[in-house]
Amino acid sequence: MNVSPQPNPPVPSPPTPLPLLPPVSFAKKPVPPDPSEPAVTPPPKDNPTTFVKKPKMAGKPRKREIPEGLWTKCPKCSTMLFDKELDENLKVCSQCQYHFPIGSRERIHSLVETCTFEEMDAQMTSVDALGFTGVATYTSKLEAYQRSTGLKDAVVTGICRIGEHRAALGVMDFGFLGGSMGSVVGEKLTRLIERATEKGLPLIIISTSGGARMYEGMFSLMQMAKTSAALAYHAKARLPYFSILTHPTTAGVMASYATLGDLILAEPGAMIGFAGPRVIKDTTQAELPPGFQTAEFLLERGLIDAIVPRNELKERLITYLGYVTAGRNCSSGLAKS
Amino acid sequence: MKHQLDFEKPIIELQNKLDELRKHPETHSLGVSFDEEIKQIEKKLEETRRQIFSNLTAWQRVQLARHPKRPYTLDYLARTFTEFHELHGDRLFAEDRAVVGGFARLGDHKVMVIGTQKGRDTKENILRNFGSAHPEGYRKALRLMRLADKFGLPIIALIDTAGAYPGIGAEERHIAEAIAVNLREMTLLETPIIAAVIGEGGSGGALGIGVADRVLILENAYYSVISPEGCAAILWKERSAAAKAAEALRITAKDLFELKLVDEIIPEPLGGAHTDPKQAAEILRQHLLTNLEQLRALPVAERLKLRYEKYRACGPFLEKPLTASEKAAAPRKSSKRAAAPAATMA
Ligand SMILES: [Zn+2]
Repeated sequence: MNVSPQPNPPVPSPPTPLPLLPPVSFAKKPVPPDPSEPAVTPPPKDNPTTFVKKPKMAGKPRKREIPEGLWTKCPKCSTMLFDKELDENLKVCSQCQYHFPIGSRERIHSLVETCTFEEMDAQMTSVDALGFTGVATYTSKLEAYQRSTGLKDAVVTGICRIGEHRAALGVMDFGFLGGSMGSVVGEKLTRLIERATEKGLPLIIISTSGGARMYEGMFSLMQMAKTSAALAYHAKARLPYFSILTHPTTAGVMASYATLGDLILAEPGAMIGFAGPRVIKDTTQAELPPGFQTAEFLLERGLIDAIVPRNELKERLITYLGYVTAGRNCSSGLAKS
Repeated sequence: MKHQLDFEKPIIELQNKLDELRKHPETHSLGVSFDEEIKQIEKKLEETRRQIFSNLTAWQRVQLARHPKRPYTLDYLARTFTEFHELHGDRLFAEDRAVVGGFARLGDHKVMVIGTQKGRDTKENILRNFGSAHPEGYRKALRLMRLADKFGLPIIALIDTAGAYPGIGAEERHIAEAIAVNLREMTLLETPIIAAVIGEGGSGGALGIGVADRVLILENAYYSVISPEGCAAILWKERSAAAKAAEALRITAKDLFELKLVDEIIPEPLGGAHTDPKQAAEILRQHLLTNLEQLRALPVAERLKLRYEKYRACGPFLEKPLTASEKAAAPRKSSKRAAAPAATMA
């Protein structure tokens, strides 16, 4: 629905010294997950979203006379947004503040100081331990998503610097099998948390997920216990953990690390909950209250510390990190090393 | 009321015949030795039972786990344990009757028992919400577990739930957070914890009271990330494919033991726990006692370390993708045995 309404106009190739970067094709449709059971991934779509990744324009925002990219229609206010501006605004609609989905790489890029992200376990890959065959095999699903996203699995982890704070950062990606949590997501996050505990680092996890990954059966469920256990020791060491909930975060991820933050932040309008709305409707036969399972709804009901627009997140994190590292535990633990 | 499963039919028919013979010997013609006939039917019954129950499919086990006559938490509390003093409430909002908890005595041990509780009939099921807890159930469980930890009482969790309740109030009061906090806090409780799945182990709702030093599972119970029906609806687009899904998800006690996801299988009387609840309770008692005594012998630090490592080791993965030649060498379908969990401590 938010693909370009006009066919890609032939660019009248103005003499330009810079090689033109390929226009971002933003064909990604925000798909709210509908897990029909708690702790479970939503149905994987048959044609995984293609997400052409564009390196950020280095420096110069040039004035454009001719539209050289594609346009995207805001699904909320229907404004036509120029892709490049949308990218520069971290995929937030400049008119209505609608937050488009954003990939893990772009997200990391928007938060960390340049060249400070040291990725961990970049090659870690899922295996089909159950020999799962539904309509397609798990292995074929994995391969398809790896091809289409350029990712190995649904989370990217690493150590970075944000402002002057070194921090452990994990960012989930909804584009990879609905951000579902299998053994790789659980293991990468657990290693990240353990590294943070060991090095005395604050931890930030940005979630977006349909829940536990069905294809790995009970192994997926156990990742909830595994990550939560690692967080128990991180918390015991009195180290700060911020959990950031983005659209959508549900089910097994919500019932583990996503709700265990010292601070729980959310993006405006994000769909956040445990069970899928359809399951709740079917079970209770009741009308769902307006705004049910949104970030705003949950802030009113006391779960979320603050709703933070995407383009303010970095600054806000730096501020909060300043507070939580101001006390007695942080002089040694959080020193830049 | 139908309290039998399709595959139980031959057994029940024989059982009825046997009961009939024993009750009314006078209805049979003279000259026939009843004793002989009874003996033969008994033998046939035993054979039939053995035959049916040694070849149960995953789906049949799911049906047994949900059997309306299956012993529930309170039934075990009455038989496996010698005393039970129920304690109520989460001290925050309400008393959730889908979770029961309180002091109990197991052999010579004073313990804290927490369990999800289903109802036997409509009235009870309304009270127990069909065994599906609200946030208050998980928060009550944590309150009681902390109490147990404070006073050094071991914790025994009996799990039998289709899942946490998917309702409006549950969402409004943050059921996901309640479960997550339990997962984190149970990691650090210093007292021994044993969890036993006695019927249905429904996803996060089961795990929410299930982080333990030892996880045991009854022979015909199941433990799954998603209900077979839910999985079938997603993958096969029809709930009727539940039997296929139950197979694919590998949710039976035997599967989970092979995958090293549970520590021990507790045998049930032949024909399922509901055919002889007394014996089922006694077997459970023995297994709980053995495990409890082993756990009590460990120093606290060691127990906590082992508990952490147990969950730490869950989940197979590759450090990097297989190369083309490795892929070619790999078997087409993963073997029945699990890949050894890569338990690398970072
Ligand atoms: Zn807009």
